[in-house]
Amino acid sequence: MHIIMFFLFAGFCLAGAINLLVQSHPINSALSLIVVMTSLAVLYLMLGSEFLAAAQVIVYAGAIMVLFTFVVMLLNAGKEARTRGSHAAWVVGFPAVVAILSVLATVILTAQGLGTASVSHGITSTAELGTVLFTELLLPFEVTSVLILIAILGAVALARPSDGEPDTHEERTAGK
Amino acid sequence: MNTFLSQEVPLSWYLILSAVLFVLGIIGFLFKRNIITTFMSIELMLNAVNLSFVTFAQQWHTVKGQIFVFFVMVVAAAEAAVGLAIIIAIFRARSTLAVDRIDLMRL
Repeated sequence: MHIIMFFLFAGFCLAGAINLLVQSHPINSALSLIVVMTSLAVLYLMLGSEFLAAAQVIVYAGAIMVLFTFVVMLLNAGKEARTRGSHAAWVVGFPAVVAILSVLATVILTAQGLGTASVSHGITSTAELGTVLFTELLLPFEVTSVLILIAILGAVALARPSDGEPDTHEERTAGK
Repeated sequence: MNTFLSQEVPLSWYLILSAVLFVLGIIGFLFKRNIITTFMSIELMLNAVNLSFVTFAQQWHTVKGQIFVFFVMVVAAAEAAVGLAIIIAIFRARSTLAVDRIDLMRL
């Protein structure tokens, strides 16, 4: 049962990731990324982390991807131009990608002592996670909240139109 | 066939899946020409790394790996907000999302 679930959702994951690369319209890429993230949530659940599975759906597939689709629609992004891209990407990037994948695969496949995934090994409960988070790791947790505050301020400051710049669509297209 | 279906999944398969997803993210980052899709590829790489964190958390029966994933998620959310604000600012300045035309800093 477990192995069927793994193949099903790993397949969804890979199909979504490949579809992200193949699609030329950003909205299609965003939707396939949602498929990837939701299937990853199921894989997290099979690895026994229930809290992260929920957080993956809520934070990633929910909040972050809504932000992405919102921006794609706001900017009315059309099809991307099919260019050959930068020269460096082909000369350095492609061999580097192959090298990274082969090194990772070799290390993982030769690694000894890796166990098997099973829910019977115990699900990490949210209470257990929260206990460690709010006792041992309280300082990083609080620092993260400051980070989020700064990110909110930064996003507002960056996205706001500066003075003297046309900020409506009509003014912008009229200026062209 | 029945023994195959009832056996447990080795953790190395999860790690291989994570590596493949990461590499697909790199390919997208290098070869996609739309700045939003490039940004999505970065999110894909973050997710791939998260999967390997959760896998190792399961391997060593520790909570720390999962908490690290939690922090990665928080940072990714902050990064998405700021990154998309930067994309909006770029679009406002140049009226394009093609990375080939946003090349003031190219070599």
